Amino acid sequence: MSAQQSPAVSSSGSSTGGVPRHQLITFLAMAGFFIVAPAVLYPVFLMKIMCFALFACAFNLLIGFGGLLSFGHSMFLGTAGYMAAHSAKVWGFTPELAILFATACATLMGVVTGALAIRRQGIYFAMITLALSQMIFFFYLQAPFTGGEDGIQAVPRGKLFGLIDLGSPATMYPFVFLIFISGFLLIWRIINSPFGQVLKAIRENEPRALSLGYDTDRYKLIAFVLSAGIAGLAGATKALVFQLASLTDVHWSMSGEVVLMTLLGGMGTIFGPVLGAAAIVTMQNYLAQLGAWVTIVQGAIFVVCVLAFRRGIIGEIANLIKKPL
Amino acid sequence: MEIFGVPIQAMMGQLLIGLINGSFYALLSLGLAVIFGLLNIINFTHGAQYMMGAFVAYLLLNLLGIGYWWALLIAPIVVGITGVVFERLMLSKLYKLDHLYGLLLTFGLALIIQGLFRHYYGSSGQPYAVPPELTGARNLGFMFLPNYRGWVVGASLVICLLTWYVIERTKLGAYLRSATENPSLVQAFGINVPRMITLTYGFGVGLAALAGVMAAPIYQVSPLMGTDLIIVVFAVVVIGGMGSIMGSIVTGFGLGLIEGLTKVFYPEASNTVIFVIMAVVLLVKPAGLFGTEK
Repeated sequence: MSAQQSPAVSSSGSSTGGVPRHQLITFLAMAGFFIVAPAVLYPVFLMKIMCFALFACAFNLLIGFGGLLSFGHSMFLGTAGYMAAHSAKVWGFTPELAILFATACATLMGVVTGALAIRRQGIYFAMITLALSQMIFFFYLQAPFTGGEDGIQAVPRGKLFGLIDLGSPATMYPFVFLIFISGFLLIWRIINSPFGQVLKAIRENEPRALSLGYDTDRYKLIAFVLSAGIAGLAGATKALVFQLASLTDVHWSMSGEVVLMTLLGGMGTIFGPVLGAAAIVTMQNYLAQLGAWVTIVQGAIFVVCVLAFRRGIIGEIANLIKKPL
Repeated sequence: MEIFGVPIQAMMGQLLIGLINGSFYALLSLGLAVIFGLLNIINFTHGAQYMMGAFVAYLLLNLLGIGYWWALLIAPIVVGITGVVFERLMLSKLYKLDHLYGLLLTFGLALIIQGLFRHYYGSSGQPYAVPPELTGARNLGFMFLPNYRGWVVGASLVICLLTWYVIERTKLGAYLRSATENPSLVQAFGINVPRMITLTYGFGVGLAALAGVMAAPIYQVSPLMGTDLIIVVFAVVVIGGMGSIMGSIVTGFGLGLIEGLTKVFYPEASNTVIFVIMAVVLLVKPAGLFGTEK
């Protein structure tokens, strides 16, 4: 209740007041949807949505709250995918170990690439991340362990903790759901933490944040690494869901897609990326047989969003009810 | 004759390829730099507009029977006009917003253009013949130089230097440079800055299309010919820094040569060498070789 009565505190929903009620309701609706939906919809399709939703949320942490547009996030998704697939298939890691290992690899890559990219700002930041991810793409194209154009196929899902067989959707789905929700909650927590507030301050006015004594480069790097790690978590999970790691996930067009998901759902909102991911994945499903039209429609959504619809779907709704979502 | 155990013929061949690639890097990064200077937008559509230039040349030849030399003139104008229309209708609405929106808009447009061409012409390349005047090759004593390749390197060098001269040494260029520094002040002196912005965008796009026409006989004409290239050009731009026109030209040609040399000595890294150089430059001089920190 406190949320509506004291607008001064409510807007960020930070530290003391707990979560504003409308956000809690939205969260429960989202979680409820993913619990009920497998009864109606194809579970693999839903797992795909959850993986991309987590990926988009990780990306949104950077652009929506840090104001940093990364155009190379596919390198984290793809790297983690390859690492999870390779460690599960060749080294025989159990799924939880494979995912942990892959996430660690993506995080490490985030440290290196982030340290380079944050040396420039704005448009240069976007170009640098894009160029770095293209370099990684060529590396995987040539590296022998990735299987080149074929990718790593028939990745075993294995037994969770050596006990629960993830081979069937009945066990895999709850596992993916848990990963998605934990990742989502982690990002939500980061956004509302003091760290998240400083990040927003840097987004709004970096010189000012600097003059207030914040080491802005360190904050930006930490945000980049967190985002990379969570994107990696999504990529590792995706590789186990589809039992495949391929070049598609490291290609620059994947980086473009995650930008699109976030833009469509609403940059800087909490729930927007999830909705955006669901919308784009659904659209790809329906337009898949039309080939080049997928690209055309995606481009058109970009143009429309940028020109007329910059808040995104959730952003517009939040603006309508005058509460952040 | 050998240099470091590499036959000089092979070495020169790769260096020539490097020089050709460098010509395109220079032309494209020059266009990007000119556009960025005035619009503060990175034109993600640049690769698609380069591809459009090649396609206009291809269509002129196959539908109307108009050959290479006229295409060199017509394609940049046609594609430049589409750029002007795009700038007036869409891009100009974004100047007051964060520059990242310009990047996203031009990225979206690039997807649409590439998707449309892919839908109508498929992903495979269409051949475009070398103009009859430039077929054959000449013997330079130490290597054979195909005439057309020599022409591309020479022509792009001339175009680059001409652009440099116009921007750095003429009155028109002075207006441009001053509008880059302080648009509102220049406007107060009675110069129509919005029109200048539009024409600058058209010019930059025209340069990309010109590069596309020149590339058509070397690489094949395909809807995807510009996508990977533009990412390399982005790295070139980061390395050179967009502050200086001459810087873009030198960096473009230089990186092309380095890429060619890498193909001789360590072919596995030839795709990535420019990105590695970018990382090193970022560590040593983040503003780029010719850039200044803003």
